[in-house]
Amino acid sequence: MHLKQDKPDNRNVLDTTAQGVIGAPLTRPEGLLKVTGTATYAAEYEVEGCLEGVLVSVPIMSGEVLSIDEDSVLAMPGVVAVISDERLTGRAAQGTAGEAPFQPAQTVCYWGQPVALVVAETFEQARDAAKHLVIETRAQDVPVDPEKVDTKVEETTRTGDLAHAMAEAAHSVDVEFTTEGHASAAMEPHAAIAQWQDDSLTVHASLQMLKFNRAELADSLGLKEEQVRLVSPYVGGGFGSKLGISQEAVAASLAAMHLGRPVRVVMSRQQVFQTIMRRSETHQRVRLAADNEGRLTGFGHEARVSNLPGESFAEPVLQSSQFLYAGENRLLQLEIARIHRMTAGSVRAPGEAVGVQTVEQAMDMLAEKAGIDPVELRLRNIPEKHPANGKPFSSRKLAEALREGAKAFGWEPRPRKPRHTREGEWWIGTGVASAARVHAVVEAKARVTLRPDGTAVVETDMTDIGTGTYAILGQVAGEMLGLMPDDIDVRLGDTDFPAGSGSGGSWGAASCGSAVFLACEGLRKKLAERLKVADDGLTLKDGFVRWDGGEKALTELLDGKPLDATGHFEPGDSTEDMAISSYGAFFAEVAVNHWTGETRVRRMTGAFGIGRVLNARTARSQCLGGMTWCIGNALTETLLFDPNDGHLVNCDLAEYHVPVNRDVPDLDVLLLEERDGSASPIQAKGVGELGLCGGAGAIANAIYDACGARVFAYPMAPNRVLAAMPQN
Amino acid sequence: MAISINGQDYPLPADPRTSLLDFIRREAGLTGTKKGCDHGQCGACTVIVNGIRINSCLSLAVTNDGDEVTTIEGLGTMAAPGTMQEAFMAHDGFQCGYCTPGQICSATAMLQELAAGWPSDATADLEAAPTLTDEEIRERMSGNLCRCGAYANIVAAIRDAAGEHA
Ligand code: FES
Ligand code: FES
Repeated sequence: MHLKQDKPDNRNVLDTTAQGVIGAPLTRPEGLLKVTGTATYAAEYEVEGCLEGVLVSVPIMSGEVLSIDEDSVLAMPGVVAVISDERLTGRAAQGTAGEAPFQPAQTVCYWGQPVALVVAETFEQARDAAKHLVIETRAQDVPVDPEKVDTKVEETTRTGDLAHAMAEAAHSVDVEFTTEGHASAAMEPHAAIAQWQDDSLTVHASLQMLKFNRAELADSLGLKEEQVRLVSPYVGGGFGSKLGISQEAVAASLAAMHLGRPVRVVMSRQQVFQTIMRRSETHQRVRLAADNEGRLTGFGHEARVSNLPGESFAEPVLQSSQFLYAGENRLLQLEIARIHRMTAGSVRAPGEAVGVQTVEQAMDMLAEKAGIDPVELRLRNIPEKHPANGKPFSSRKLAEALREGAKAFGWEPRPRKPRHTREGEWWIGTGVASAARVHAVVEAKARVTLRPDGTAVVETDMTDIGTGTYAILGQVAGEMLGLMPDDIDVRLGDTDFPAGSGSGGSWGAASCGSAVFLACEGLRKKLAERLKVADDGLTLKDGFVRWDGGEKALTELLDGKPLDATGHFEPGDSTEDMAISSYGAFFAEVAVNHWTGETRVRRMTGAFGIGRVLNARTARSQCLGGMTWCIGNALTETLLFDPNDGHLVNCDLAEYHVPVNRDVPDLDVLLLEERDGSASPIQAKGVGELGLCGGAGAIANAIYDACGARVFAYPMAPNRVLAAMPQN
Repeated sequence: MAISINGQDYPLPADPRTSLLDFIRREAGLTGTKKGCDHGQCGACTVIVNGIRINSCLSLAVTNDGDEVTTIEGLGTMAAPGTMQEAFMAHDGFQCGYCTPGQICSATAMLQELAAGWPSDATADLEAAPTLTDEEIRERMSGNLCRCGAYANIVAAIRDAAGEHA
């Protein structure tokens, strides 16, 4: 079954089916493998005669590799080869690039770029040799500080006259913010095992989007896509860092092709930090103009981001600012600075993860000026149609999220004044923020096979990076085919299977879920034809097929033969005609230490409208993950670059502070009942990123409410809070 | 000259540079123990050595002569998962699963430390036996990073598993 979705699908088919497993909080089918240490990640395949490769980086910010002295290491014990092929890639590919990233690696564009691979019999030998490899370079001075270069305008949206609206406003806010760079820091370092045999390449790798990665790898190596097979059934976290093919997979492949032996390359944690995508730092200005009642008449959001010369990606900071709030006079402008730090690319919720929280702080400031409850101010400013392009909104749960979230959290609706509660040396306060994340779906295929014994197999090259793909695809198929998910074998992460959407942009569940849904519609049609009844007259439940006037066991109907169908989903006009997003609201309570400026998040509530929930347990976990990232984003996470040579100073997990267990309090997640037929034929939107879109703003607002410190620089570390705290 | 892993003896490695972590993953072929940083910063490599949890990336295998090592594979199997493993499944105490074996080994040994009366930063009264509050769990599990952000569920899983022990 093929569907290019040009119209909303409001049939809500999955609500009319009988199995009752869709949305159920089932445990993950692969859970047992994970908790027993049996799930196999990229570096963990037992491969006969596998060599070990270690990437070698150079400590210059830019320049050329003049020579690589292979003889400096070839005589060392166990060393097999030094790979310095021109096809080695210097950067990771951007998400959905589908073509080779920057080559050759020997043209250095940022500090720590890998330029060669040392291959040895054992990891210890390769690591040692990598340290001793003599590389001659010519370094060149280049700009590394985004504050010190000219910028170029990437994109501008202008309606009306914002300056005039600001001048005329009863209440206005005009503030600047900074946010620092972030790292994905997925727990599994990038890894690949490459095998070259009979002119074909098989790579076990840690990747999010296999169909794009296959094209990227083939293009990097000068192979045809058909010659490349990628296998990634388990991925130890991605968060954007594994969207595109990266240096270790290309290097391992080249080494395997040169040497005719399998080669494993695993990046060190430091290399992951130094060479994989960073989220750009941002400098932002937010302007809000409002009338007496707090209704927005003007909305301005400008941001400066950075990237390497030649990279197309610019952190889309303004993405949700385009439509989240009203205001007829608007100016949104994104500018980019070209500097030589490692590639800037997607890190979980690119754009919104840093763009919503600043707007949410400004909204809080406006609420205070206008003397309006911050929740009420937001409710008043939900636009009727997309403020820039006039498109109607599809299902939108922003108001409900604010109201339901407030209720669950115990929000007191009143105009706010800070420093109202103190417990010993701790100031206590609460804050709110809206959440928004644009919706996207991409082309996806999946094959579903009914086996003669009445069980089923789902196959797609889609990945499960912790998101719950194994669970939800089994649930979609189970619901449609009248089977319990236990009877469905979901097989993922192999380019031998039909090409899915990949995991990223929060589009995996809606896109691949729809492909599986379509495949199952195809199977239902085939079954109906066999029975000579209309396919909407079939009820499939617990392995039985019922229709008006009869019932048969599925196994009987299959008659000893398998039956399969492929679903092919493509986005069409339905996502073009409407403004589609997922929405939510965050509420946070913090304690801020009067003497040290330390902030502890005490509790947090998130209410989210993500369309149809496919598995309430894994969806909730995605939200918990996002909210946990909000805490890091708000308080601790920052990439620190040397201003002189641009090297990343804190390139490990001791110095780059992701939240630890004790940083994270009780988190309460509300999943709102929603169906969005414009978003996908299964009425689902995305959930992986929404939980990170704005929550740091709720924490910022809570800090202000607690102690009166309005902090305009993220992360809001103790020094910054202390400096902003009123002196009395 | 051997290291016992989950009750089976493995001869010490020839290369003294081999970390206990690489020894477990490669020479013993037990890849359930994960490498997240190789520098003692993430806890993914946590195993239990002579009853005490350690970061196996920070120990050279040759220094573990005669030690009894328990890895995730020693705490339960697919056919018979252990209590802590089942609790992690029931509470969705993981997402990608990469930090999970380390979390489970760490939690298992942590409960023993608590039972033995070891205090932590979250212990209010150093004279009294510590009790298993959520704050104690969070503090004692803070050496095990989970970038997926499953902490809230990890705490619930440990609380549950500890209850079953009690
Ligand atoms: S791998 Fe040992 S602590 Fe990270
Ligand atoms: S489950 Fe992915 S890092 Fe913890």
